[in-house]
Amino acid sequence: MKHVIETKEVSGSPNFQLTTFQKLVDWAVNQSRANSLWPMPFGTACCAIEFMATAASRFDLARFGMERQAFSPRQADVLICAGRLPFKLAPVIRRIYDQMPQPKWVISMGACASTGGIFDNYAMVQGIDTIVPVDVYVPGCPPRPEGLLYGILLLHKKIKGESLFDAVPRRDEQPLDERGLRLPPAEIDEISEPFGNSVHQFRSS
Amino acid sequence: MNPSVAAARATFGDAIGRAVEARAETSVTVSAARLLDFMRWLKDTPGQEYNYLVDVTAVEFRDRERPLEVVYQLRSLEHKANLRVKVELDPRGELAVDSVTSLWAGANWLEREVYDMFGVVFAGHPDLRRILMWETYAEGHPLRKDFPLRGRFSRAEQVRQALNISPEAHYSMEELSIAESFDDLPADMRDRLRRGERDVVPGSE
Amino acid sequence: MSTRSVEMELATPGLDAQGRPSRIPLGAAVEESDLGRDHLLVNLGPQHPATHGVLRLVVELDGETVVRVIPHVGYLHSGFEKLGEYRHYNQIIPLTDRTDYLSPMANNVALALAAEKLMGITITPRCTVLRVIACEMSRIISHMVWLGTTAIDLGAFTPFLWAFQQRELIYNLQEMWTGARLTTSLTRVGGLMADIPDGFVEKLREFIKTFPDTLNEIDKVLTRNAIWAGRTQGVGVLTGEEAINYSLSGPMLRASGVPWDMRKDQPYLDYETYDFEVPIGEHGDVYDRYLVRLEECYQANRILAQALDRLPDGPINVDDPRVILPSKSRAMSDMEAMIFHFKQVMEGIKAPVGEVYLGVENPKGELGTYFVSDGTAKPVRWRIRPPAFINLASISKMAEGHLLSDLIAINASVDIVMGEVDR
Repeated sequence: MKHVIETKEVSGSPNFQLTTFQKLVDWAVNQSRANSLWPMPFGTACCAIEFMATAASRFDLARFGMERQAFSPRQADVLICAGRLPFKLAPVIRRIYDQMPQPKWVISMGACASTGGIFDNYAMVQGIDTIVPVDVYVPGCPPRPEGLLYGILLLHKKIKGESLFDAVPRRDEQPLDERGLRLPPAEIDEISEPFGNSVHQFRSS
Repeated sequence: MNPSVAAARATFGDAIGRAVEARAETSVTVSAARLLDFMRWLKDTPGQEYNYLVDVTAVEFRDRERPLEVVYQLRSLEHKANLRVKVELDPRGELAVDSVTSLWAGANWLEREVYDMFGVVFAGHPDLRRILMWETYAEGHPLRKDFPLRGRFSRAEQVRQALNISPEAHYSMEELSIAESFDDLPADMRDRLRRGERDVVPGSE
Repeated sequence: MSTRSVEMELATPGLDAQGRPSRIPLGAAVEESDLGRDHLLVNLGPQHPATHGVLRLVVELDGETVVRVIPHVGYLHSGFEKLGEYRHYNQIIPLTDRTDYLSPMANNVALALAAEKLMGITITPRCTVLRVIACEMSRIISHMVWLGTTAIDLGAFTPFLWAFQQRELIYNLQEMWTGARLTTSLTRVGGLMADIPDGFVEKLREFIKTFPDTLNEIDKVLTRNAIWAGRTQGVGVLTGEEAINYSLSGPMLRASGVPWDMRKDQPYLDYETYDFEVPIGEHGDVYDRYLVRLEECYQANRILAQALDRLPDGPINVDDPRVILPSKSRAMSDMEAMIFHFKQVMEGIKAPVGEVYLGVENPKGELGTYFVSDGTAKPVRWRIRPPAFINLASISKMAEGHLLSDLIAINASVDIVMGEVDR
């Protein structure tokens, strides 16, 4: 059974004014959402170890309300893709993202999840944003726990800037095309192109 | 030179090809036809007793004239001896060799990986299917030298194929046959599976 | 007090001839499914908290009993071996950090040793001892992850925090030495990236002194614990013969009673000159694997102390300008040094034609590196002999007949890291 989902990037519509009451409600809702994000740790590789270290005693995710890690996507708020994502795992992360109820956010932790990292080869997805929409990218290989915490704080800031009364709902999901891609193929090819002086990487002798 | 080589030549004569000793390691070549007998002899003969299979892999050279080698690293725990056994195959021809799973159970997954990465078919292997790539992977065998590093298809096409990994391909025949819903599968799919056509995505030819 | 009588219409037509309530059959067309005999196919993973990475286990269950388990791997396949064919030998070292990312320095050492064996390079005495220190530190952090995550899988959360705190101390040392906590890229062909900084030896001695206390605490909490013993003893048994036939290595092999350790039997890095013991198990169950790994941590501590005592002064890099980059000041002032620098960076170090296989005792088992060279600076074939991959194949044998909760314990005891399983 083909699984067709589109996500459209949306932002607040223009000429969008809020009353004081709405601002108060927004503040309350965003505070509660930001301060108790239940992470879905989609940990695949080395970044997962740094995620575990962030959750452990020295750096402690519990003080951000993220102690309760939701291993079931149905109970999760933020999908933290920690680690590289091979093509074989691509339908898995897409399905897990789809299983998360709204509101949901995605943090792409590490270079491999953000862009494919050092693995520019046949097996690796060149960035999970070709498959799921991403809110915060945390660079690093692996990012230090402080780096991940900074990314989480950035996500808090982003959440606090959202509004419940936005007429355009965020992450409205409509069918894109029958192939299941969320970005047009030309765009996927463009963002997957290697850049820089990388010709030496692709010569084998 | 490992004394097994001389004993092997005495027993198998012409089937044993070149033997090389370098850096305190011995490697010996055997013909594909006599491989299984030779391995059985190495494992069972008192004095040889190579009871531990360290690794099975394959090597294809950049020089297209050189044969593709299937390499077995063997070890005798008793005598603390290592031996490397090679079988030479024509890289442009059919890549087929006998499976040694009946001798060492550890060869099961190792041979599956060689099949996945090089396309070498192991005759007599109980369950020869892809192990690292997904079962309907259509780009080829990645570690062959004519396979480009970044794969044969464009990135968008790779994403599309990954998102559409055919579900029946995730399960082995034994899993499907015991699945409750086997009877619910469409008749043509059941027939296809019974006939053993598992690497085929319907309508993709 | 009044009585009320209630009139009720029963759905069932009352009692039958034997006085038992008669049952209405559900329907003539419905067959009673034989729930007692159906087997259930359950999918564990690839995203699952207890599979230690992206491992997928398809389990056929008869009630709670596992009839068959079929593991599916490849969900983290990253094409390392293909990438290695496009990289110089020194450029492959950062790749090795990411295969077994729980013990990166040990992988770096394994690759450098294999490349040096291929090129016929002998490393300096100081480098040898420093590499032993790196390997044993890696053994400790790998076993600490194993301990923590296995304890969590079986329900004990606190040892996870203790173990990870010890890992943080080693991470501090790794960061002092290499600049990175996890992706260390410590070695180079012919030497190391850098010498240990000032204060490293003191800090490591402090760690060596306090680490056994944590191990004793974990030991006190788990070893004689009825729940722990009940869940791990007799579970997932593999005999020595089976372990050898399945090509197991490392603590999996030794827990089944096979006394094989690469450090003792095919030594490298002067391990034969160190005084340490190798724990061998008896029963080959999960409990024995736990005991073996716990004891290996004590022994690793012991080796670290000896290595620090014998650490000689001297250079860490071999004195060969074709292999080791000259210092920046010389490269900028001396023409010959500049040429050597240029050739190494642009063309890489050319290895002689040939092949080499080197197995080292990684925390997970025997990590083998097989290089085939055709005389150029990039290998024709870089094969990683992955201990976790081969150890994992035995799970179908081990789990048959056990309960589903035992499967989790067995899976944990294999000590897999999917980066190495899938490469």
